[in-house]
Amino acid sequence: MLRYIVRRVLWGIALLVLASAVIFVIFYVFPSADPAKLRAGRQANPAVIASIREQLGLSDPLWEQFLRYLTQVFTPFDLFGAAEHGGTGPFNFGRSFGSNAPVKDIILDRLPATALLVAGAVFFWLLMGLPTGIISAIKRRSLLDRATMVTSLALISAPVFWLGLVALYLFASDVGKIHIFPGIGSYLEADTFWARCWSLFLPWLVLAAATAAIYARYLRSSMIDVMSEDYIRTARAKGVGEGSVIMRHGIRSAITPIVTLLGLDVGLLLAGNAILTESVFNIPGIGHEIVVAINRSNLPVIQGIVLFGAFFIVTFNLIVDIAYAYLDPRVRYR
Amino acid sequence: MSLLEVQDLKVHFETDDGVVRAVDGASFSVDRGQTLGIVGESGCGKSVANMTILGLTRSPITSISGRILLDGRDVLEASPDEIQAIRGQEIAMIFQDPLTSLHPFYKVGKQLVEAIQVHKDVSKQAARDRSIELLGLVGIPDPERRMNAYPHEFSGGMRQRVMIAMALVNDPKILIADEPTTALDVTIQAQILRLIQRLQEQLGMAVILITHDLGVVADVADYINVMYAGRIVEAGTLDEIFYDPQHPYTWGLLGSLARPDRPRTLRLSQIQGQPPSLLAPPQGCHFRPRCPYEFDKCPQTPGLEPRSGTPGHLDRCWLPPDKKRSLRVVEGEQIGLEVPAA
Repeated sequence: MLRYIVRRVLWGIALLVLASAVIFVIFYVFPSADPAKLRAGRQANPAVIASIREQLGLSDPLWEQFLRYLTQVFTPFDLFGAAEHGGTGPFNFGRSFGSNAPVKDIILDRLPATALLVAGAVFFWLLMGLPTGIISAIKRRSLLDRATMVTSLALISAPVFWLGLVALYLFASDVGKIHIFPGIGSYLEADTFWARCWSLFLPWLVLAAATAAIYARYLRSSMIDVMSEDYIRTARAKGVGEGSVIMRHGIRSAITPIVTLLGLDVGLLLAGNAILTESVFNIPGIGHEIVVAINRSNLPVIQGIVLFGAFFIVTFNLIVDIAYAYLDPRVRYR
Repeated sequence: MSLLEVQDLKVHFETDDGVVRAVDGASFSVDRGQTLGIVGESGCGKSVANMTILGLTRSPITSISGRILLDGRDVLEASPDEIQAIRGQEIAMIFQDPLTSLHPFYKVGKQLVEAIQVHKDVSKQAARDRSIELLGLVGIPDPERRMNAYPHEFSGGMRQRVMIAMALVNDPKILIADEPTTALDVTIQAQILRLIQRLQEQLGMAVILITHDLGVVADVADYINVMYAGRIVEAGTLDEIFYDPQHPYTWGLLGSLARPDRPRTLRLSQIQGQPPSLLAPPQGCHFRPRCPYEFDKCPQTPGLEPRSGTPGHLDRCWLPPDKKRSLRVVEGEQIGLEVPAA
């Protein structure tokens, strides 16, 4: 088991270095515009641009820039002129072209909003999706099953931005028909943890809706498959009660693939995939930040968020792999 | 009164395509210490009949009629709670594929302990001790350590031993073995059959052995029922079935059997055609479309009656016994349906 975990961790680190190399190629080798000019802004003259180019170390050979970049991102050392060109790391992604703030600080500043949004959404989609899927599978072809499956199809098909606007139109306390939940921008005004949670209530439901529907359908079909397995028949033939057959023998197997889905979804959302929800509800999260950064060609911020996202995806993949080995004993020895 | 008596059992499934008559009037019985072999090809209803004994075929689309008497009580009338108490405790069942029949995520020890604790209010330790005892009894080396192994860590034969141990933890009166050796190597098959036979002698239970292979029951069964398309077409003792078979279908099964004790001069014969659809079985004798000896009486359904002159030997074929004995192909004592091509 330990060997397995070590192997997965090493593989994860290798993936991250690979991702950084790809990101380096995109941002340093083929930048969409000259970074020095972008950094200089509107009042640029050739002298300023040249000094910025020197400061960012853009005229150094590419391999030196790459090693410096890796040093700044992953290590605290001053190698390849790290201190001179942008400062030492770790997690040094440079400074924003706009505000001149370190990209690391910007990300850490935006992360709590995204994390809280994702955590609540995960809670709600599991709460809605899992029981629905299991009950639909057991009461297959019943009215309840058909109703939930049609609803879930509608929720999967509904785009998040549309669902968000509909939710605001119906329930927002300012513009809604029924004034229940806080509306757009309420997160910015919330000053306590609970106030933030309350302001995120509608975004949670909107973000959770489609995923809950996907999970419900996925778990339903997985559960239907499992309940026709031979070992379920064995459990019944042993005299195990139907409730126990479902809970201990059925769900235990059917839920395992859901863990994979969950890990990937959480990683993606933390990496900025909650972008639409954050934009609709004006939540200052990672996804919101990257939209702004892209609009302004703020290369360091884009690059930082992309690399940070890669980190989340790799990390959650790692968690999934380890969790899977724990859940399915057949995986451990491979 | 036998320990288990199945009387005119009918199990029909109402599907979208029509009514599937999986079991269409099967009667058989088995007693303590006896082994009943039920033989027939895939889809003849042998598994469905036996799963019905444990209530495993109950569903909204199933209609079941007839009687299944266990010690005189009708199992078909049993409530879900009552049938649950019968499962694993009075009648235990083992299945064809021991890999898929064990839960892949739980240690075998846990699965055995569960089988005990659903029926008996005993401590976990007592259940563990009993499980270890049974694993030892079925010939698993180092049973105490193997309790902590997962099913995928066992070989096929060992897995089937685990299944047998799990079936026997509660001292059932009847063990139903549904194709217990089909997924195993030939050498392992013999081991498992011998194990079942040994355990039966030790524990005195009744065994119903379901198989498509007459060779499997040849060693171990006391009585044999041959099943075809939802009906039992011939029933008798081992010797009666092997040496004086009355039904042409039985001849076909015997003819397709590889016999190492016979000279290898002939090709194995086969039964021409396919078994009938259970949605619309042929009128009268179900074997009629594949039978080379069909005559004008066959569209009437023959009853399962003693026709050969021996009281306990029953069959469903209209042909007179003398004609049967002259028709069935006997060449070097090989019985078959037709003369096989040389």
